[in-house]
Amino acid sequence: MESSEARAAAVSRPTGLLLALLGTLTSTGTTTTGEAILFWVLAIVMVAAALGMLFARKAVHGALSMVVVMIGLAFLYVAQDAPFLGVVQVVVYTGAVMMLFLFVLMLVGVDASDSLTETLRGQRWLAALGGLGLLIVLVGVVVRAEFGSPKGLTDANADSNPVALARLVFGSYAFALEIVGALLITAAVGALALTHRRRLTPRVTQRERSEARVKAGTAAGKPAPGVYARHNAMDVPALGPDGRPIEASVSRVLRVRGQEADAREYAARIDRVLSGSGSTRRASGAEEPAALQEPPIEAPGETVPGDGPGGDGVKEKS
Amino acid sequence: MSLTNYLVLAVILFSIGATTALVRRSAIMAFMGVELMLNATNLMLVTFSRLHGNLTGQVLAFFVMVVAAAEVVVGLAIIISIFRTRHSASVDDVNLLKS
Repeated sequence: MESSEARAAAVSRPTGLLLALLGTLTSTGTTTTGEAILFWVLAIVMVAAALGMLFARKAVHGALSMVVVMIGLAFLYVAQDAPFLGVVQVVVYTGAVMMLFLFVLMLVGVDASDSLTETLRGQRWLAALGGLGLLIVLVGVVVRAEFGSPKGLTDANADSNPVALARLVFGSYAFALEIVGALLITAAVGALALTHRRRLTPRVTQRERSEARVKAGTAAGKPAPGVYARHNAMDVPALGPDGRPIEASVSRVLRVRGQEADAREYAARIDRVLSGSGSTRRASGAEEPAALQEPPIEAPGETVPGDGPGGDGVKEKS
Repeated sequence: MSLTNYLVLAVILFSIGATTALVRRSAIMAFMGVELMLNATNLMLVTFSRLHGNLTGQVLAFFVMVVAAAEVVVGLAIIISIFRTRHSASVDDVNLLKS
């Protein structure tokens, strides 16, 4: 008893007081008022969340409602003199199981919602009716049964709840614990075996990739917009040193979609330069504003260095 | 407040979980209904443990949690492998044995 008192003293006083207030039963076998308030608040929240899970259209909302129910249950466990189970509830159920659920939801696709086509006629209504009937029957059983006066767990939890539980689990139930361990290992191996996929194609390593690139002649990568580029937009092909557009420089996806910009438009001037003389260059220079919509795009690029006054203003301020 | 209220709450949660498992077509939602049923049973076990002044109920609840964790792992693995072959997580689409 002394050790438990010392332990209780180690717990901060408000927490210890709260736990002592929650777990105990009054002499008539009823709970304290504080526990009753906690119960009613949590009961309403939990039933609402459970109904939310039942009616949630999206599975993610259902999973989150389930998390609310589980955390409420953890509170109730702690209130009922089972702090170990309360912690396990949060760690194992809310922390591990529900996160696993969310992972699988993300794998399957968040938008996968229930199909509304009925494969069995009236199955939904029959199921709802069955659930209601189950509720009525079970509530009737629980309410009408005689349980005797509640004993409370103050004696059983004399050496703190985890210690008393450990005595039982590693004492009378040691064999069951071993079996459960074997079950967990089997489940883990089974999950691995179920989700394992054999590779259908040989693995492409870095070496094979580089060899393929050398063979295709693009060892240095595909050409990016270079010296003669008028744009660095994704859909405009790069112009090579000769001024010809390089088709391969545009992403294959854009080419397939047909969103590639017209290469001729950007190469037209070069064609003229290559075929004609200085006079055509003059002409093309005169044509330039009409033929190309370059100036509005180039203008900001030129005004950046010209932004000197603004920059000076900043400097003066600092 | 009597301890019976805890039992009634557990029964309500159990019924909602059972209805979810029966009504929902998405395998994951049905599975969550099963989880809710297991949780409700745990609450009942903890309450009975307190009623009888005996920790065995809590030990049993602990084992239920462990078994539920194993069950979730295998069940979700089955759902994923079905999703890979059938491209659906609906329980209605698992009808390969139907002639």
